[in-house]
Amino acid sequence: MPNVFAFVESRGVDVRKVGLEAVTAARAFADKSGGGEVHALLLGPPGIAANASQLGKYGADVIVAVEHAGLASYNPEVATATAAERIKSGGYRAAIFSTTAQGRDLAPRVAARLGVSVVTDVLSFELEGDTVVVRHPINIGKVIATLSISGSPAIIAMRPNVIAPVQNVKAGRVENAQPAVDPGTTRVKVIETRQGGGGKLDLAEAPVVIAGGRGLKAAENFKLVEDLASAFGNAAVGATRAVTDDGWRPHSDQIGQTGRLVSPELYIAVGISGAVQHLAGMRTSKTIVAVNKDKDAPIFKVADYGIVGDVFEVIPALTEAVREAKKHH
Amino acid sequence: MKIAVCIKRVPDMDVRFKIGSDNVSLDEAGLKFDINDFDAWAVEAALQLKEKNTGSEVTVISLGPDVVQETIRKALSMGADRGVQLKTEKVPFDGFPVAKALAEELKAGAYDLIFFGKMSPDSSNGVVGAMAAEFLGLPCVTAISSLEITNGKGTAKRELEGAQEIVEFPLPAVLTVDEGLNTARYPSLKGIMAAKKKPLETKPVQLAEPQVVVRKLELPAERKAGRIVGEGAAAVPELIKLLQTEAKVL
Repeated sequence: MPNVFAFVESRGVDVRKVGLEAVTAARAFADKSGGGEVHALLLGPPGIAANASQLGKYGADVIVAVEHAGLASYNPEVATATAAERIKSGGYRAAIFSTTAQGRDLAPRVAARLGVSVVTDVLSFELEGDTVVVRHPINIGKVIATLSISGSPAIIAMRPNVIAPVQNVKAGRVENAQPAVDPGTTRVKVIETRQGGGGKLDLAEAPVVIAGGRGLKAAENFKLVEDLASAFGNAAVGATRAVTDDGWRPHSDQIGQTGRLVSPELYIAVGISGAVQHLAGMRTSKTIVAVNKDKDAPIFKVADYGIVGDVFEVIPALTEAVREAKKHH
Repeated sequence: MKIAVCIKRVPDMDVRFKIGSDNVSLDEAGLKFDINDFDAWAVEAALQLKEKNTGSEVTVISLGPDVVQETIRKALSMGADRGVQLKTEKVPFDGFPVAKALAEELKAGAYDLIFFGKMSPDSSNGVVGAMAAEFLGLPCVTAISSLEITNGKGTAKRELEGAQEIVEFPLPAVLTVDEGLNTARYPSLKGIMAAKKKPLETKPVQLAEPQVVVRKLELPAERKAGRIVGEGAAAVPELIKLLQTEAKVL
């Protein structure tokens, strides 16, 4: 019964939702391979160990908490060395990461250090004897590849939102550990972190995404999209490439082939025509709503529900109706 | 400054892909190939540094069969100085052997800066740059959207979820390029002519056995055809009802 490792992402002292998903995925992997233990690692500033014990509820048997004042933000070199060392000494069958900005940076570094391959953006996994089989979208999601991973440990970075965190209570024993290298000595140093809109939900993790396109006509009209997002309360705001190229929104908000991939429960496209490059980033959303004045816009081909109309008329009405609906809930 | 840029030839994504008869590769008939966008931005970043630092040299490296020479020539026509083809029969899905082979070549070149695109849309895995950096033991910053190099030190911006990070790093270093760093130049006619005479070296390489193998390719299930709920604000109540009772997301 081999054990499984999960890397738990955090922001400050808070465990991110993708961290709970990683533990849930690791638990599922361990159960598929006969019920080994799940060991979760997280790094962060002092206070993170106290927040780590909740991981036991999601199936972690052991939680390794690395607290250090120098780890207020993600430090690639410290995280790589600490994770690689732990994975090496733990003899794990698999190591689960998240496909986020952090996970995309970390997982390949750890894999290289361990001398094994890595697959990111994994939709699902299975065990077939000694082989780990995963599904991974290629060609901007237009083709789905089934891949077999022969190396051990199998390093897998899950796509956010494909595995809902599930409670499965295990011991969740917290062990405190030291970073494998001193955060003060790393070669790459973060000298500044600029928060984009403070406390705002992240695009990859939000259950609802409201995205705006050129149909909004000007940067300031994104307020309509923001208002709709705040009516939902659990929504993040995204944009098309045309909009980020014009500087209406930061590049980190771009959903599409060269930007972020999202698969929320609900995706609302506001004034978005639906270019191939945009569809690549959101077509796996569970429910898609589109509002556009052009009834022939390609976005209506992928939208479950479409409203043909002027976004300046429809979106305020929708915002009001969502606010009403939420009130009675 | 000695600068290297690792580039990949990828198919244009604006098509309906067909699965080959072997079920593990794509039918390439009719596909148009070009340099990966992220790699073109990486080439542009290298060229801008070359223009600021006299005496610099930009080398582009691509791994794959002879068709990648065309992609290398494109980078040369943009203004890179020399090309290296690491000749293999195929480009495997697995980034590990690719990163390993590139790292070998890069080590020998003793570059001050090594650029990669942050990912390629075909394999959509995004691991080669960071893996090569590890194999080289060099500092690495991934997914940069701004860059400045002064006195042997670099400053870059990285886009994170909901935040941006400004990081400092020493040279030599490996950087992977995100969108937003620059806009890639088009090759000029003069550049295209000059590229024909620039050195392009071909080196056969033996790739390590891949650990990740494509077992099957398939097209994703088409989304069910949607429906137009109605026109204008009058359609909002019906949409709300569908979101509550049918989609159950509100």
